[in-house]
Amino acid sequence: MTLLFTAVLLALAGLLSWPLGKYMTWAMQPGSASGRPRPQPEQDWQHYVRSLLIFNAIMFAVGYALLACQHLLPLNPDQRGPLSADLLMHTISAFVTNTDLQHYSGEAALSHFSQLVLMWLQFTSAATGLAALAALARGLSGTPKLGCFYLDVLRAALLVLLPLAAIVAVLLLFSGVPMTFSGAVSAKTLEGAMQTIARGPVAAFVAIKQLGTNGGGFFSANAAHPFENPSFFSNVLECLSIIVLPMASVWMFGHLTKRMRHAAVIFSVMAALLLGQLGLALWAESKPAPALAGLPVQVAANLEGKELRFGTAAGPVWVALTTATSNGSVNCMHDSLNPLAGLAAQIGMWLNVAFGGVGVGLINMFLYIIVGVFICGMMVGRSPEYCSRKVETHEMKLALLGLLLHPLLILGGTALFAATSWGAGTVLNKGAHGFSEILYEFTSAAANNGSGFEGLGDNTVPWNIATALVMLLGRYLPIILPLAIVGSLASKKQVPETSGTLRTDTGLFGFVILGSVIFIGALLFLPVAVLGPIAEHLAAIKM
Amino acid sequence: MHPASEHPGLGWELLAALRAAVLTIVVCGLLYPAFIWAIGQTLTPHAANGSLLRNAKHEVIGSALIAQGFSRPEYFWPRPSAVEYNAAGSGGSNLSPTSPELRSKVEAQLARFSADAQHPLPLDLASASGSGLDPQITRAAAEYQAERVAKARHWPVSKVVDLLKEQQRGGLINVLATNLALDTQGQ
Repeated sequence: MTLLFTAVLLALAGLLSWPLGKYMTWAMQPGSASGRPRPQPEQDWQHYVRSLLIFNAIMFAVGYALLACQHLLPLNPDQRGPLSADLLMHTISAFVTNTDLQHYSGEAALSHFSQLVLMWLQFTSAATGLAALAALARGLSGTPKLGCFYLDVLRAALLVLLPLAAIVAVLLLFSGVPMTFSGAVSAKTLEGAMQTIARGPVAAFVAIKQLGTNGGGFFSANAAHPFENPSFFSNVLECLSIIVLPMASVWMFGHLTKRMRHAAVIFSVMAALLLGQLGLALWAESKPAPALAGLPVQVAANLEGKELRFGTAAGPVWVALTTATSNGSVNCMHDSLNPLAGLAAQIGMWLNVAFGGVGVGLINMFLYIIVGVFICGMMVGRSPEYCSRKVETHEMKLALLGLLLHPLLILGGTALFAATSWGAGTVLNKGAHGFSEILYEFTSAAANNGSGFEGLGDNTVPWNIATALVMLLGRYLPIILPLAIVGSLASKKQVPETSGTLRTDTGLFGFVILGSVIFIGALLFLPVAVLGPIAEHLAAIKM
Repeated sequence: MHPASEHPGLGWELLAALRAAVLTIVVCGLLYPAFIWAIGQTLTPHAANGSLLRNAKHEVIGSALIAQGFSRPEYFWPRPSAVEYNAAGSGGSNLSPTSPELRSKVEAQLARFSADAQHPLPLDLASASGSGLDPQITRAAAEYQAERVAKARHWPVSKVVDLLKEQQRGGLINVLATNLALDTQGQ
C-alpha cells in the first residue's frame, strides 16, 4: 500500500512534467516554438545578474515596507500589530530568497494583507529562479547573450506560475480549503468552552507556496493544519504540486539547450537520488518511536507529529519530496521524526540537487556537472569540455567556490551556534537531538528550504540575523557563480565534438555526476551527520 | 538597434524593475486572490468560510475540520494536542521520538484512558498530531472509548458501536461530528 501510493504519485508527477516542460519552454522562449524569434533586448551575464539583483532588491523593499505597516493597512480583521525589526528583516529575507523559513506563527502574527504580500513574493521569487535557469540554458546553447531578465521573470510569473496556481487553488477549494477575508471566528464548543478559529485567504496562498517550492505556511503548523491540507486528496494534490515544476524545469533545460538526452540523464540522476532519500525516510518512519518502548500502546509506525487523514506513508514521502526540492512546507513535524528520517530530510537539503528548487535545483546540479566533467577530463588526460566549450581553471574556481559555500554556511553557522548560548540556549530537546535542531536550522536556511525542527526557539535576534544572512548568501551566490561560468564558457571558441569527447548523454555520464554528488556530499557532511542524527539513532538502540 | 541592447543606464533598470514589480503585484497579489476568493465564495461557500458547524440557534459550535477539546466521559475524546486545541495557534509537540519527556506525556495519556497491557492504547490516542488540531481518530481508537461513552449515557454499548459504524469514513472517525450525533440521538 505504502509502496503503491509512492510509486503512483511519482509516476504521475513524472508524466505531468513532460508536457509541462514543453509548455514552459514555449512560455519562456516564445520564438523557439514558432520558429521566428521575436526581437527583444538581450543582456550578457553581468547585466542579467544586475537586473536580477535590482528586481530582488525592489521585492525586498516593497515587502519590507508593506509588512512594517501592516497595522495601518486594510485587511487586518484580527488587529495584528507590527513585527519586531529583526523578525521583519528575517521574514522578508526568507520569502525573497524562496526559502520561507518562518520564525513567526502565521495565524497569530500577520494580517491577511501581509499574507498576500508574502504570497506575491512567493510568485516573484520562484519566477526569479526559473528566469535564472532559462538564462543558464541559453548561455549553454551557445549564445553570448542570456536573454532579458525582466521579460523572463514576467513570463515565469504570469505564464507559468499563475495559471498553474489558479488551477491548484480551485482544486484546493473543492477539497475544503478556506478562502475568506473575514477574521477569526469564535465558536462555543460542545463542552461550553470558547475556541477561536483563525482563517483567511488560504487556498490562493497554499497553491503558489507548493508550486513555487516556497513552502511558507499560512498557519504555524503549515501543511499539517487541516485548513491548509484538509484531506487525503488535497495531500496528493499538494505532493504533485511540490515536485512537478522542479521536474519540468529539467525538460525545459533540455529543450532550451537542445540536448534532450542530456536532460534525460540529469533527470534520471535526480530521480535516483530522490528515490534513495525516499527509501531511507519511509524505512526509518515505519519504526515506532523509541520513547514508547515497553509501554502498553498499540505501536506501529511513528505517529508523533503526524495527521491521520493523509495515510501512513504520507509523512515520509512529503519529507523526501520537500527537502529534495527545497520546498520548506511540512505535513508532519520534522522535529518528531525518527532520527534517521530526520537525517534523510537533511541529506535532501545538503545535496540540494534532487530536482531542487524551481529553476535553481538544476543550477546547483550544473556545478556538480562542471566538477564531474573536470574530474573525468583529468582521469583520461584530455582537457575537459562541456556543451562544446573548454572547461578551464577560471570555471573550476567559480564552481568550487559555489560548491564550498553551502557547507561553509551550514557547518560554520552550526559550529558557532552550538558552541554559544545563541544556539545552545534555544534548543527544546537535549543532547544529540538538540545539536540536530541547530544543524537543521542552518541547513534549511542555506539550502533555501524553510522547514525546521520547530522545537527550536528561533525567534531571537541572533537567530534572525544569522539565518537571514545565510539565506541571502545561499540564494544569490549559487545563482551568480553559475551564470558567471556560463558567461565565460559562452565567450569561448566552440570546439568540435570528436570521438574522444566525453559524451554527456550517456549512462556513464549519469554515473559520473551521481558519483560526484554522493562523494562530495558525503565528504562534506558525514561528520555532522554522525554527531547529530546518527548518534541519536545509536543511543536509542541501546535504550 | 534595440534601446536596451547597449548597456542601459541605472534609470532604465529601476524603471523596468518597478514596472515588473507593479505588474506582478496587481496580477499575482490582487487579481489572482480576488478570482480565487470569488470562486470559493460562490461555488464552495461552506468550505471557503472554514467548514463551520452551527447549532439549532445558528451559533457557531466549531469547524468540521478542526479538533476541539473534550474531557467529559459522555463524549469521544480526540487525539492529544500539544497546543490545547488552540485553533489560533497550531503546532505539534516537536519532541524527539527518543525524548524522555515524550515518554512521560504518553504515560499521562495511558493514565487518562486507564490503559494497561490487556487493553493497550491505540497509537493515535498516545501521539500528539502535527497541527494539534487533527479532527479525526481511528475507528479502533473510537471503539476503545465506546464503553466509557455508553456507560456515561446509560446506553447499551451496541448503540454507540452502531453509531461509529455510521460515522466512519475510510476507517477514520470525525470526533466533533460524532459527538454531535451522540447529542442528537440522546434527545
